[in-house]
Amino acid sequence: MKDIRYIFAIKEAMEEEMERDERVFLIGEDVGLAGGSFGASRDLFKKFGPRRVVDTPISEAGLTSMAAGAASCGLRPIVEIMFMDFVTCAMDSIVNQIAKMRYMFGNQYTMPIVVRMPEGAGLNAGPQHSQCLEAWFAHVPGLKVVMAATPYDVKGLLKSAIRDDNPVVFIENKTLHAMKGRVPEGTDHLIPLGKADVKRQGSDVTVVAVSRLVNEALQAASDLEKDGVSVEVIDLMTVQPWDKEAVFNSVGKTHRLVIAHEAVKPFGIGAEIAATVAEELLDELDAPIMRVGAPFVPIHYSLEKAYVPGSRDVKNAVLATLQRA
Amino acid sequence: MGKPGKEQMIEFYRQMLRIRRAEEKLMEVFSAGEILGFLHVSIGQEAAPVGVCAHLRDDDYIGTTHRGHGYAIAKGIDLKRAMAELFGRKDGYCMGRSGSMHLADLSKGIMGANGIVGGGIPIVTGAGFAAKYKGTDQVAVATFGDGATNQGTFHESLNLASVLNLPVIFLCENNGWAEFSPRPVHAKIENLADRAASYGMPGVIVPNDVVEIYEACGEAVERARRGGGPTLIEVKCDRWYGHYVGDAQKYRGKEKVDEAMAKDCIKEFEARLLKEKILKPADVEKMQADIAAELAEAVDFARRCPYPEPEDMAVGLYV
Ligand SMILES: Cc1ncc(C[n+]2csc(CCOP(=O)(O)OP(=O)(O)O)c2C)c(N)n1
Ligand SMILES: [Mg+2]
Repeated sequence: MKDIRYIFAIKEAMEEEMERDERVFLIGEDVGLAGGSFGASRDLFKKFGPRRVVDTPISEAGLTSMAAGAASCGLRPIVEIMFMDFVTCAMDSIVNQIAKMRYMFGNQYTMPIVVRMPEGAGLNAGPQHSQCLEAWFAHVPGLKVVMAATPYDVKGLLKSAIRDDNPVVFIENKTLHAMKGRVPEGTDHLIPLGKADVKRQGSDVTVVAVSRLVNEALQAASDLEKDGVSVEVIDLMTVQPWDKEAVFNSVGKTHRLVIAHEAVKPFGIGAEIAATVAEELLDELDAPIMRVGAPFVPIHYSLEKAYVPGSRDVKNAVLATLQRA
Repeated sequence: MGKPGKEQMIEFYRQMLRIRRAEEKLMEVFSAGEILGFLHVSIGQEAAPVGVCAHLRDDDYIGTTHRGHGYAIAKGIDLKRAMAELFGRKDGYCMGRSGSMHLADLSKGIMGANGIVGGGIPIVTGAGFAAKYKGTDQVAVATFGDGATNQGTFHESLNLASVLNLPVIFLCENNGWAEFSPRPVHAKIENLADRAASYGMPGVIVPNDVVEIYEACGEAVERARRGGGPTLIEVKCDRWYGHYVGDAQKYRGKEKVDEAMAKDCIKEFEARLLKEKILKPADVEKMQADIAAELAEAVDFARRCPYPEPEDMAVGLYV
């Protein structure tokens, strides 16, 4: 094990997979000469050259579909979208093309493409540079959606995403880029897609979280421990398809459920998980399901801290399920 | 790339005729309710697919649009399985999931028709990217209409192909209409090939004549194969049957439609071949009969194919 930053773990994952497989390449705006707007591809251009680390014009729609075309011809592109907000310019590409090309052409294609993008607040960058839009993609049949909360996870999940033959929307988090954590040495650190990770065992309440909120939930769990509340924290890691079994097992044990994400609360992934549990596991519940998410307004520039959900919100939601709030 | 020989000219004629008759057959079965959804035919525009596909190998790529039957046929799609797809049957190329608007046969480099105007252009550009990445001499042809040249993806793709020097041919069939809007409503310039200048690539204008299209495409394909980068080609053609089958074209008026139909790229070419004695009337008759038989067989095959079962709905959604 070694201690590295989240952003460096992303770089290592791409570097190792590019070394392993000649068909893997990185494409996006400022990924080459500049090494990525957040530094995810630092030094990769020097190592692999312009053929495999491809700088493009500012053309999210064009470059994403171009990568899809390349994927359908046997290559394995990693597309970097600078901020998740900009992926809106490539929605035709991802929703109408990438997600459907395999299905709509009768399984003639595979679409081994990873579209990476950082989401979330943290830079006071305002309404167009801070959004969390994972629920949109999770709503589209044909896509996988992955979110990583730690350096360990981001590396293992990204490597698996690159090796996956399905299109993967891979969501990073800007506030996590600088986070340091333990990552295994060597090049075979893979975390399977579609499996959740129980980040902390507990018996009173289950908190299902993604990305930054996993760390906030862990903070809340250790705070609550002092009050005698035992919280189980499940990191979903793959949002689509999500690990129903892991969530159901945990809820079957705790009988209380909180779902936490940074995205706005209405119509978020919390709604899907809550609805599924309500449909299939209602008898197990001893309290109403609680959701933690951002308020339903665009992200506020100067009030960002008040806007984003954090460990306090998770803690309050947990207490609410125990009717102790 | 030289001029086409006699045998090739005969083949051009035969392929154009096949496309024409196939689409007439489609109109017939569509009107009878045997195929569903929308049907966009390219009748009157058969020269472009035949002219360009004559230069393409099976491992070259082509992307088509909602009006793409001609290219699929000229690139070598099997009519039986194509017909089965349009009939929504299980043994169609796309398992009955796509119909006319997403017909594809990747084994022949037919990357798929696209229901999103302009959506396929960058995808085909990506096929060109892959060819260059792998160091092959394959080329990719993106086909689209005049209306599509107003989409951002058109401009992004030309710029990308130019900046990255990709082996792509951008082939625009300017039939003067985008749905119900004539060209002056959707573009200020008359010659859409002029748009090539913004991206530092050649822009070529050709009439709706199979030989001229063949020659222009030959040059572009050859340049792309030897690493010389992309070309934009604009074919000046016309649309006979409106936007979709069933479009009465009241907005255009019968006179104008008749005028368009009077200029027939197949009839004109046939007259030339007969005059130059490359073809005899008996050859034409034989060809017509062969094509009719081929199409009857395709329709028969499609009719006999089963529909997919509801259980097949999600098969293969994920690998
Ligand atoms: C993104 C998108 N916008 C609008 C449409 C509806 N539509 C289908 S075909 C068409 C006109 C296309 O015109 P052109 O590119 O000239 O092709 P043509 O139909 O003449 O072959 C339109 C507007 C669509 N399918 N996709
Ligand atoms: Mg048109």
